[in-house]
Amino acid sequence: MLDLLAAVGRASLAACRFTGQLAIFGLSGLSHLLRPPFYWRMFGRALLEIGYFSLPVVALTAIFTGMVLALQSYTGFARFSAEGAVASVVVLSVTRELGPVLAGLMVAGRVGAAMAAEIGTMRVTDQIDALSTLSTNPMKYLVAPRLLAGAIALPLLVIVADILGVMGGYIIATFKLGFNQAFYLKNTLDFLQPTDVISGLAKAAVFGFIIALMGCFQGYNSRGGAQGVGAATTAAVVAASILILAFDYVLTEMFFAR
Amino acid sequence: MTAAVPKLRIRGLRKSFGDKRVLDGIDLDVMPRTSMVVIGGSGSGKSVLLKCVLGLIQPDAGVIEIDGQDVLRMRRADAEAARARIGMLFQNGALFDSLPVWENVAFGLLAQRRIDRRAARERAGEILAQVGLAASVGELSPAELSGGMQKRVALARAIAAQPDMMFFDEPTTGLDPIMGAVIDGLIVDCVKRLGSTAVAITHDMASARRIGDAAAMIHRGKIIWSGPASALMDSGNPEVDQFTHGRREGPIQMELRR
Repeated sequence: MLDLLAAVGRASLAACRFTGQLAIFGLSGLSHLLRPPFYWRMFGRALLEIGYFSLPVVALTAIFTGMVLALQSYTGFARFSAEGAVASVVVLSVTRELGPVLAGLMVAGRVGAAMAAEIGTMRVTDQIDALSTLSTNPMKYLVAPRLLAGAIALPLLVIVADILGVMGGYIIATFKLGFNQAFYLKNTLDFLQPTDVISGLAKAAVFGFIIALMGCFQGYNSRGGAQGVGAATTAAVVAASILILAFDYVLTEMFFAR
Repeated sequence: MTAAVPKLRIRGLRKSFGDKRVLDGIDLDVMPRTSMVVIGGSGSGKSVLLKCVLGLIQPDAGVIEIDGQDVLRMRRADAEAARARIGMLFQNGALFDSLPVWENVAFGLLAQRRIDRRAARERAGEILAQVGLAASVGELSPAELSGGMQKRVALARAIAAQPDMMFFDEPTTGLDPIMGAVIDGLIVDCVKRLGSTAVAITHDMASARRIGDAAAMIHRGKIIWSGPASALMDSGNPEVDQFTHGRREGPIQMELRR
């Protein structure tokens, strides 16, 4: 019994320590955004890596998700003769939830892992120490530009994901399920409110920050050669994915709870 | 007549990691324009000593003075300025693999805003020439270089800002004897040309004799001997003699783990 309590205590302390370290790391990264110098070149590189190079995977995910959503919601609504609600379900689901969450999860897998691996390798090969000896603060050079790029790039990706997700639903609804094209588009636009899109973009900014934060944090603190870098990469993706889902609930509660 | 102030003065330096005491009261003086070689076995604390001086590790206690000023107790910005005058050659080179060679070499100059990018590229070519590399090497990435060339580029990066103190961490590790001699020769030339003070840590005796004017041996976290580098092979100290002659039998008992 005492062993069990001790194990729970150790795990709780470890969780508190991790949360504290992560918070300090994140705040330190943010504080470097406010103090010069700012490394625009590194910011541009990170923006390209997170945004532009993630475009294909986010686009494909969004379009297929929209298509599946139209098919599944049609199957369900047809039982109650409510097929007309398909357009509204697709557009609201994509803009409010599926766009930001799925884009976030895909980018976490692609970019979070790459960030952790790159910074982790720099850590275990002394490159981060070398930065310090060359009058360069590693938090300012490696972390701050990535945090900002994550918070900016993911909303841009989600705009694309929203458009393609709705388009996927439109393609299936009109070409396969026989909906009238003008009717489907009118329904889509009638039900869409600016807050639906804005809340999705706000979520995306938070998710982008989380992905960059976890990638940088795990990489920066990796130890012990290739194995340590591998473990940091896995931890970055797992932690970012879980945090995205947890924050999705919190933000949905904030935006839409009555 | 006043005694010369050591360029680097260390007193009572202590550092532990958990229960393991790595530095146990290090006292060391390095006089201006001399090359001090610190020898010692693996795990004896040589690298930790360098990292403490560079500010990469915070010691538990002690004094580190550069030009008579205690860098552990001065304002952070002043300590960073004092340390910016130190050039460092890392054991594995620690070149930034995301940057071309020229940008690696000129990194410190660009970071200190001393020079624009076009001038930095030209300056990098000149510094590469000083370590026996063609300017065209500057366009390659570090991954395209041999181990010896990587060490030369790392040396070029260390001397680029014309530091008045230079540290070398195992400069010949991983190189064949001829290339090791070439790198040692370049180190001696660069230190003389710049009029710098040098501290090299190594367990390569040939390298120690080539680089050093003075020598010290670290064992179990303490300096157990210091004297002229020419006396290394015949110091009269049983530990130093065992180490420099590579004898299995003697006062130093290696820990063997199965």
